[in-house]
Amino acid sequence: MSARDDILGRVRAALADVSPAVSVPAAPRAPDRGDLVALFDERIADYRAVVTRCTRTGLEEAVAAALGGARAVVPPGLGLEVAGAVVDDGLSAAELDAIDAVITRAAVGIAETGTIVLDHQPDQGRRAISLVPDLHVCIVDASQVVADVPDAIALLDPARPLTWISGPSATSDIELDRVEGVHGPRTLHVLLVE
Amino acid sequence: MSGTFVGMPAFPTAARAALGDTQLRSNLAHATHTIRDKRAAVVAEVEEWEELRLAGAGVKEAALRDLATHLETLEASLTRAGATVHWARDAAEACAIVAQVAHSHGVDEVVKVKSMATGEIGLNEALEAEGIAAWETDLAELIVQLGEDLPSHILVPAIHRNRAEVREIFLRRMGDVGRPAPADLTDEPAVLAGAAREHLREKFLRAKVAVSGANFAVADTGTLVVVESEGNGRMCLTLPEVLVSVVGIEKVVATWGDLDPMLRLLPRSSTGERMNPYTSTWSGVTPGDGPQEVHVVLLDNGRTRALADDVGRQALRCIRCSACLNVCPVYERVGGHAYGSVYPGPIGAILNPLLNGVSDEQTASLPYASSLCGACFEVCPVRIDIPSVLVDQRAQVVDSHRGDRIPKAEAVAMKAAAWTFSDARRLGLAERASGLAGRVMGRFSRTTLPGGRTAAGRLPGPAAGWTGARDLPAPPKESFREWWARTDGGTHDDQDESGTTKGGGS
Repeated sequence: MSARDDILGRVRAALADVSPAVSVPAAPRAPDRGDLVALFDERIADYRAVVTRCTRTGLEEAVAAALGGARAVVPPGLGLEVAGAVVDDGLSAAELDAIDAVITRAAVGIAETGTIVLDHQPDQGRRAISLVPDLHVCIVDASQVVADVPDAIALLDPARPLTWISGPSATSDIELDRVEGVHGPRTLHVLLVE
Repeated sequence: MSGTFVGMPAFPTAARAALGDTQLRSNLAHATHTIRDKRAAVVAEVEEWEELRLAGAGVKEAALRDLATHLETLEASLTRAGATVHWARDAAEACAIVAQVAHSHGVDEVVKVKSMATGEIGLNEALEAEGIAAWETDLAELIVQLGEDLPSHILVPAIHRNRAEVREIFLRRMGDVGRPAPADLTDEPAVLAGAAREHLREKFLRAKVAVSGANFAVADTGTLVVVESEGNGRMCLTLPEVLVSVVGIEKVVATWGDLDPMLRLLPRSSTGERMNPYTSTWSGVTPGDGPQEVHVVLLDNGRTRALADDVGRQALRCIRCSACLNVCPVYERVGGHAYGSVYPGPIGAILNPLLNGVSDEQTASLPYASSLCGACFEVCPVRIDIPSVLVDQRAQVVDSHRGDRIPKAEAVAMKAAAWTFSDARRLGLAERASGLAGRVMGRFSRTTLPGGRTAAGRLPGPAAGWTGARDLPAPPKESFREWWARTDGGTHDDQDESGTTKGGGS
């Protein structure tokens, strides 16, 4: 018998007298938090990411300021002119390692948890480009901010690879002392566009 | 090289050794209290926490109760999304599948995301035997691997090490397996994390094959989820060409929407954060992005055994947050190694016997590694009633010894008690004897309990184990039945033989 049939057979035997019907209570909603964009801003900053609010017309300037002269890679569909930036056309990991920064947009922002979700569409690029460089500048439009996790889950397409980002990479593995910045970008700079 | 739990002594022996290690106790007390407080603070923020726990328990319970259906759905969704699905009955089969994938790409190393399932099956040792080095990339796992040590916590496997020990391990061992630690390494956690970043980066950049586990597997979409903090997970899940994920069959949830309560419960319970820094989800292969060859190994290794246990089945709801470890008074004092498994603490005390049975002495000792205080149940995000399962597992340990040729002292005592209690005359005689013992103890014992009752000190012989740490109160001089007979059910004057009036009021 194949391992597959064997395991499925054991599962069925184990549950022979067990009713599959269970009532699953709906997950509750958090109470209304008021101004979502303000909460998003506060919660991202709480995890030691940098947040800058800007207008649509001031975006290019804000991006340049966030980069501070760092050499950046951008996804092909960023929709923004960034002076001196390399457009990703399938750069190798080693090539990405030689680049200081990346600029992407985002799919969703979650206010309650201060989370940005990338679904790696052309305006965000492949997963590797927002991972290897040490500075991630992420442009989030205020209209993309939702209240909580269930709202994000409802909007996101599971067929796409997703990266949920809440602050810069971190570890608490040594004496539970939180250190920001391990393998992912050590600096996360969120540009919140209104 | 890393250590192995094989041949660990039973819990009481291992715990005694751990309790004597003052450095370990100080490291553990500091760490468990820090994380416990962080969890309490972020859980207190969520008014609807109890409803959320109910929803999380419901999602996992529903998935388990119709597991065969969901596994078949998962297999079909994964296959549709371009992944290759393998099934493994046990550790040996799972390790062989991973080794085979690595061999087929001609590699002699793989990078690993921290994964409980691969620790459980001893994958690193199995790959080493096949000539393949498995590099742990989680900081704590790296500390454990370089120190040729064993993990002692689900979330923070090196919780038993302090910063000075970590520095020493990095300085001594990093150079043997790759980029050495800088000579001026200090014991600042940020500096140590920086050394790990440098050491591992070259491994991430050149690795062809990565191995991961998964926190959740969504049946209807074929999505795997990895929840992490450092970005080592993203590195492994993104940069290599080939990805193999070893996933316990209990990781299945039915639908994409089911992730909602889980992703709200896990980070707050685990690291005490509103959300962990990075969560990656992927469904099979995405052309042009990430690994182009994706394997998923669905692992049984005792899970169907646990599934058949009506009381213990709920342990399969576990999402490995480790909140139960951090609040456990036993874990806090003895640490994880004493449990002899990658699953320590309260959840380990039930999960190991459920997965493996109680036929060996070490596993059979685990359900007793608890005071049954219930703190673990209170913090469990998926409401696993660990104390009830512990008690049921203790009964199973006792039952497994019923056929022994030489019965245990406890079994003999219970049998004698049953014989005595089943006959009024025999019980009367026993009560008389116990009253006599009470008088003797009352006269000679030097221990007095609060309230004035005398107690026995340490008794000799087989009773020493019990009385060494507990007071045995002296039996009352008069039993209830004797009192009833003497006072005709309390209708006469309620005076005992010594003449003092008992009780109060009328």
